[in-house]
Amino acid sequence: MSNVIEGMEQTAVDIRSVSKVFGIGADRFAALDQISVAIRQNEFFTLLGPSGCGKTTLLRIIAGFDHPSEGEIWLDGVNISALPPFKRPINTVFQNYALFPHMTVAENIGFGLEMLRKPKDEIRATVGEMLRLVRMEELATRRVSQISGGQQQRVALARALAPRPKVLLLDEPLSALDLKLRKEMQIELKRLQGETGITFIFVTHDQEEALTMSDRIAVMSRGKMLQIGTPREIYDHPNDRFVANFIGDTNFLPAEIVTLDGDCAKIKLASGAIVNAGLPEDARPSGAVTIVVRPEQAELVSGESRADLTGRIENIVYFGTDTHYHLKIQDGSAFVVRQQSRAGRADSWKLGQACGVAFCDGAAQVLRS
Amino acid sequence: MAQSEAVNSQTAIERAARSRDVRYRWLLTTPALLVLFLFAVGPLAVMLTYSFLKPGNVGGVAWIFSTDGWFKVFFKVNIFEGTVELADAHLAILWRSVSLAFYTTILALIFGFPVAYFIATRPENRRDLWLFLITIPFWTNLLIRTFAIMELIRNEGFINTWAIRLGLIDRPIQMLFSDFAIALGMLYVFLPLMVLPIYASLEKLDFRYVEAAYDLYANKWQVLWRVILPLTKSGIVAGSILVFIPALGSYVVPRVLGGGRSMMLGNLIEFQFGQGRNWPLGAALSITLMAIVMVALLVYVRNQGRAAQHV
Repeated sequence: MSNVIEGMEQTAVDIRSVSKVFGIGADRFAALDQISVAIRQNEFFTLLGPSGCGKTTLLRIIAGFDHPSEGEIWLDGVNISALPPFKRPINTVFQNYALFPHMTVAENIGFGLEMLRKPKDEIRATVGEMLRLVRMEELATRRVSQISGGQQQRVALARALAPRPKVLLLDEPLSALDLKLRKEMQIELKRLQGETGITFIFVTHDQEEALTMSDRIAVMSRGKMLQIGTPREIYDHPNDRFVANFIGDTNFLPAEIVTLDGDCAKIKLASGAIVNAGLPEDARPSGAVTIVVRPEQAELVSGESRADLTGRIENIVYFGTDTHYHLKIQDGSAFVVRQQSRAGRADSWKLGQACGVAFCDGAAQVLRS
Repeated sequence: MAQSEAVNSQTAIERAARSRDVRYRWLLTTPALLVLFLFAVGPLAVMLTYSFLKPGNVGGVAWIFSTDGWFKVFFKVNIFEGTVELADAHLAILWRSVSLAFYTTILALIFGFPVAYFIATRPENRRDLWLFLITIPFWTNLLIRTFAIMELIRNEGFINTWAIRLGLIDRPIQMLFSDFAIALGMLYVFLPLMVLPIYASLEKLDFRYVEAAYDLYANKWQVLWRVILPLTKSGIVAGSILVFIPALGSYVVPRVLGGGRSMMLGNLIEFQFGQGRNWPLGAALSITLMAIVMVALLVYVRNQGRAAQHV
């Protein structure tokens, strides 16, 4: 048991200042810019970012399809940068699955083991085990063209897991599925990660997917990793404007640092109110800064005594589970407050009404300038 | 009022029906039928008819029914002993032609696949140029191209002359009028027919399958054998058929480059219609050749059908 816990802390994939440059001269374009991150064993690590941020390039470099212009990839303490894909104990679930159309489901799953020249009995046993793992036993002899998208997805997973790789790479594997199937597969993936003990590196542009599934998320933009942290850290304490904007809805407010205190600061808002705010890691900002406040971490209050901000309700949008109040605050900028619906609680706020906004504890977070 | 309207619409439908009488639609297919008849069914019918007639005195046919033509395809009469024997000369020629076509196909495949792969993996805007280069020889007459090869490899030709001048060899290497010359000529003529269909299927090949195979521990050879070849099978088969069939009937290359020492089916047929003055035999031989091709194709189609059922 202690092994497992120790294993959790051990680094599986170590990405050491990897850069990838495409083109030359004026066309020169850095897809990855000095990326360094240590991914732990059996971690569900997500690379999150918009298309073109370099997340797929990084995945391809880990798999061995592309080679870094600079930097190294280490796996379990071994430098694997120079190894071709077929010599890396890393398997990939491709975005469109890339299942071999000329083989059956079982042949697809057994392909990796066959290439590793495993004995026939072992291949048969492992394929059976994988089919059970992804709940596809009845479809073993079908061609891949004869099964549905969701089933293809599971076969692709089984095929990548069958050779028992140390690391499983998943390149937006759920993007082709409809919402209901995607939800099912999210749960399925977490279950498989737990049952196999394999390190999962997952690429997605879907922030919700990233938040629900990951142990840690790296938010990427323009070839850089802007923030690495647990879903809660990323969501509650975004330290970059892009991160805050990309994940969830956010209010941005100008503020001024009053005093610093460890990883906390007292800041002064434009309204004159003084609030506590979290600081980004290793940053000692001073002077004018921007803070973020999540819409659900603020509430509407009447009267100015408790209010950090004051404004007027410009729009009310009812979503069923919650209601969004769009406010115009004193300095003319917009601010959104999200309040959860409760049974029997009649909505007392009216359009055009003046009101105050109070931040919850720890709601404000200072961004890196 | 309503009734008369109904009657009116009734007659309108009848009028429309008359003007577009479906019974005469087949007339529209006349041009297609005409072409089919003139260029496919017609000549075949002529050949089939000729094969059952007697040869004319100075070529042509005499309109007398006879199965001699067909008889002579497979048998010969020993005039000294009056016995019937298998026409071993014809069978030898048939065998030689089939093996030549077979080896040509194999050679074209060995050289054609890498060429097609090379073109298919070039950047998209360059591929047309490469394809263009592959098809350039088509623009020149076959005879001229064949004589050009002859000029290259004959004893006083380009290669031997320069090899001697450069001191690589003392005396010319006999290349012309050999199996090597025939193989070279056949390969040169038929390579584009192999490259183009294979290129077409390689171009459609999704290279993510190749990446997936690499990812699953397949080395380059395994990727080729287990993924690329199976997925481009249709192009390989199409190219092989396109090469095998004309190679079976080819006679210019074996004659010019092989020196006419070894007769091929094509030469034999040509001979019967020319100096041999035995048109019925020539016709029967042509139909035999066609039958071989048809049977081969039928077997292939049958196998494909069975494979498709498995899918």
